[in-house]
Amino acid sequence: MTLDTMHFTPGMSLLGGLLIGTASALFILANGRIAGISGILGGVLRTTADDVEWRLAFILGLIMAAPLLAVFVAPVVPTIDASPTTLVIAGVLVGIGTRYGGGCTSGHGICGLSRLSPRSLIATLAFMGSGMAIVFAMRHLLIHS
Amino acid sequence: MKTHLDTVSSFIVGLIFGIGLIFAGMTDPSKVIGFLDISGLWDPSLAFVMVGAILVGLVAFRFANKRTMNFLGGAIRLPTKNDIDTRLIVGSLLFGIGWGLAGFCPGPALVALGTGAPQAIIFVLSMIAGMALFEGAERLMRPRDVDAKPSDTPATQQ
Repeated sequence: MTLDTMHFTPGMSLLGGLLIGTASALFILANGRIAGISGILGGVLRTTADDVEWRLAFILGLIMAAPLLAVFVAPVVPTIDASPTTLVIAGVLVGIGTRYGGGCTSGHGICGLSRLSPRSLIATLAFMGSGMAIVFAMRHLLIHS
Repeated sequence: MKTHLDTVSSFIVGLIFGIGLIFAGMTDPSKVIGFLDISGLWDPSLAFVMVGAILVGLVAFRFANKRTMNFLGGAIRLPTKNDIDTRLIVGSLLFGIGWGLAGFCPGPALVALGTGAPQAIIFVLSMIAGMALFEGAERLMRPRDVDAKPSDTPATQQ
């Protein structure tokens, strides 16, 4: 293991984490809900959904974050290397997996671990483990074109 | 009026959450993959995101556990599910594979959608398709459950 000192951003990442934690805290205390993004989005797709308004408002807030920073701070330009085919496969896996497993990085990884939930700890270890395994396979086992 | 306050609050929380994800570097798939690549050049930044978020979360949920009402006058809905079952593990493993392949998880993907990046649009549409497939399969497998107790499902999702 070698540390990537060039891309390491402990300060900004900690600040970002504190903001994410603050948002999750506000959501459970003000709205009484878990800020789990896959659950919020997936809930919109339920045929029995009768609480779509707050869900869409949350999603709109997420979508507006980058344009807002672009106006007041700096444009946000993500580096996305995956091909369209990989993006489709990955997207479908994330969609099915998060719903089947009952949460994602936010619901299990942040809110669940903050609640000291053993269930969320297992989920977090599982998705971090398979995430690391697939990155290892792609970067170090397969020959890149 | 209560429902509208709920909506406004959701929007603001989503916005703060999204700004946090951008500052943290989570909306950059190359950085996420740099974190997952422990055997290569490892960028541990995202561990700092978890630490920052959980520090605040620990205090907030400790406080939330003692309350039954939220600030807007509704109920505090904490997850009640404790079981560690096949669904949890298989689902999370599948999610991790997708996360590692593209470097996107649901929140950052929605934030990246706001940058207008075409790759983010492809990913989010595929993710929604995956979620819809799940809903369809759930209805087929357990039609009675879904029809009889629609209010049961939200609490189990985190």
